[in-house]
Amino acid sequence: MTLPVRNIVLFGVVALLFILEGSVSWGFFSGSWNTSLVILNMALISAIMALGVNLQWGFAGLFNIGVTGFVALGGLAAVLISMPPVGEAWAAGGLQVLLGIALGAATVFAAVMVYAKMNPGRRRTLALIFTLLVGFFLFRWVFDGGVALVEAVNPANAGYLGGLNFGMDSYKEAPWKYMTLIAWPVGGLLAAGAAWLIGKTALGLRSDYLAIATLGIGEIIISILKNEDWLSRGVKNVIGLPRPVPYEIDLQESQPFVERAAGWGLDPVEASTLIVKAGYSLLFATVLIAILILAQLALASPWGRMMRAIRDNETAAEAMGKDVTARHLQIFVLGSAICGVAGAMMITLDSQLTPTAYQPLRFTFLIWVMVIVGGSGNNFGAVLGGFLIWYLWVQVEPMGLQLMTLITAGMAEDSALKSHLFDSVAHMRLLTMGIVLLLVLRFAPRGLIPEK
Amino acid sequence: MIDVLNAFVVLSNFVLIPAISYGCQLALGALGVTLIYGILRFSNFAHGDTMAFGAMVTILFTWLFQGWGINLGPLPTALLALPFGIAFTALLVLATDRTVYRFYRKQKAAPVILVIVSMGVMFIMNGLVRFIIGPNDQRFADGERFIISVREFKALTGLKEGLAIKTSQGITVITAIIAVALLFYFLNKTRTGKSMRAYSDNEDLALLSGINPEKVVLVTWLIVAALATVAGVLYGLDKSFKPFVYLQLLLPIFASAVVGGLGNPLGAIAGGFVIAFSEVLITYPFKKVLKYLSPEGWAPDGLVQILSTDYKFAVSFSILLIVLLFKPTGLFKGKSI
Repeated sequence: MTLPVRNIVLFGVVALLFILEGSVSWGFFSGSWNTSLVILNMALISAIMALGVNLQWGFAGLFNIGVTGFVALGGLAAVLISMPPVGEAWAAGGLQVLLGIALGAATVFAAVMVYAKMNPGRRRTLALIFTLLVGFFLFRWVFDGGVALVEAVNPANAGYLGGLNFGMDSYKEAPWKYMTLIAWPVGGLLAAGAAWLIGKTALGLRSDYLAIATLGIGEIIISILKNEDWLSRGVKNVIGLPRPVPYEIDLQESQPFVERAAGWGLDPVEASTLIVKAGYSLLFATVLIAILILAQLALASPWGRMMRAIRDNETAAEAMGKDVTARHLQIFVLGSAICGVAGAMMITLDSQLTPTAYQPLRFTFLIWVMVIVGGSGNNFGAVLGGFLIWYLWVQVEPMGLQLMTLITAGMAEDSALKSHLFDSVAHMRLLTMGIVLLLVLRFAPRGLIPEK
Repeated sequence: MIDVLNAFVVLSNFVLIPAISYGCQLALGALGVTLIYGILRFSNFAHGDTMAFGAMVTILFTWLFQGWGINLGPLPTALLALPFGIAFTALLVLATDRTVYRFYRKQKAAPVILVIVSMGVMFIMNGLVRFIIGPNDQRFADGERFIISVREFKALTGLKEGLAIKTSQGITVITAIIAVALLFYFLNKTRTGKSMRAYSDNEDLALLSGINPEKVVLVTWLIVAALATVAGVLYGLDKSFKPFVYLQLLLPIFASAVVGGLGNPLGAIAGGFVIAFSEVLITYPFKKVLKYLSPEGWAPDGLVQILSTDYKFAVSFSILLIVLLFKPTGLFKGKSI
């Protein structure tokens, strides 16, 4: 086996970018380790999402552009697991809400049963419409009442059911704060469940129809998060999620830490912020490496070979006795679950859930750029793409600022064009990402680290 | 009797008229998507942002004309600026085709690659629009606001409920009818239009009959630019211009095109109205209509709204999914490649 020199060099270049960011204050490098770690943390999460999308697209050729939705579900899991339950809200209408949801699910199940068991014809259609109508009104009647009761409870601070962290008031202290780590796999499960439902219905569709369908699912999940206040507080956001790492202020107040920081030649404030961010980086890197190893093992296994065979020629694979639909469903669920895990990790990092922040351009499409630039079908490629594109995404703004300074150097100080150009720097990101994507697709369609 | 009339007026005011104008806008958008699909054989994800670009150029020209004091009296100045918007959008899409799409066409790349490429184009166009005009709301409607306002209608008919028709709604319907008539005349009666249909039906046969594919593609892009700009401007006049909204319009537009049958222009129009009416009907609170129709004392307490307006995406999505699962070629026979 020859050493993949090219790959090592590529990863080395990315590592160098992060090191320069932390140590050199020149050009667009900020020279602050804090900034470098902030970028690194999101880059680690992005790399995990890219692995998920790569599993679906690179391994199986499934075109999923509802990534935002699965990421958001992961975020929801973080709230549902790590926040304490709101007792009054549960007492007021919690059970009624759950009953409403159960009724809704029962209606759908009954409709499916009617459709499957009865013979086609007018009677089936009528029975179907009747089941759906009665079920829907029953569901709305029970559910709406419960929601109104829950949302009326202390709307400024709660107004939702809360989560399952039974540490109650001490939910931000050990050991209860580690509930947020449990939320990561739960986020994956939640996303997997949703993906299973969607895959069951939409996976038989042709590639661009599947794309449109997943785009729709993504939008719907986001609008549920924005509007169902009883679940996620909607646009009021959930803030103050517990975090698995210590708080800066606690570190600064602890004597041994201050002494150790002095030993490193750092002042306690800076040392504490660095330690906290590095703690996150370690946690995220552990998850990334675990998923990367699993993905590599899967790729090399007979299962991975079968997946690629299905991707390259569905008809031939089907003729060989492979169950294409079932395998597609399997990998769709797996890839979405990985996106869900990453989504939960992101909310843990931010310590807050902001449903309005889930923009498809920022998640779905940016992750796709990562996978394609890195090299679809290659796990290392996806990870590299995640790091590189996220770094670029963050740094385009300072780069653009410098470019604008250069362009406008000769302009009058109060020129309207000059101020417009400076205002527009923020929008250069999308432009740059589009150009990067098109260039890679044109000149290196297999990405930076191509599939073997 | 008066109650029935009142109920009908309420329904027209809040459901029929808005849904008709929204349907026209969706139909125009879906026609663009369906033409690209028929001729170039991919789903163009950049279409929403093409609409935004066209609307943006039109807005810039509107402002220019307003600055010069030129206007159309009761009609919005944007109509005067529309041809310029179309011209610039045509230049942009032709340049995109030359630099981006043509390469993959020559390679005979898989449709899904073209979809990914169109995602890249979407990024660039979106960035361009935000770069030039910014991400905020822009108002550019001027002239008379209403064809008939609620007060005039009440004075005219003596009914308790009023009906308002906005100028933008009237213009939307008239412009859409003109655009669709022109398009169908072109596709069915002219030589170029017929060659386009032939190319869409059977590429190899069309090539054998000596149809120049590059010319077909060129004409398609020109028509799509015009349709996209018109749709974008009408939507902006009716609601307001916000770059982000055009990205969200992508879902109902695709739904319209697919429901009607991708690649079928007639289907795109029908699909646009199916989606628009379902969205408005399902998210409209029927309380006021029922108040007039139900006997004394039987009026409903709740809003009688099936889904909250925030879930209108769910409506277009569900229709899309139902059609795809049960009738994959759409209501009118589209093609399923």
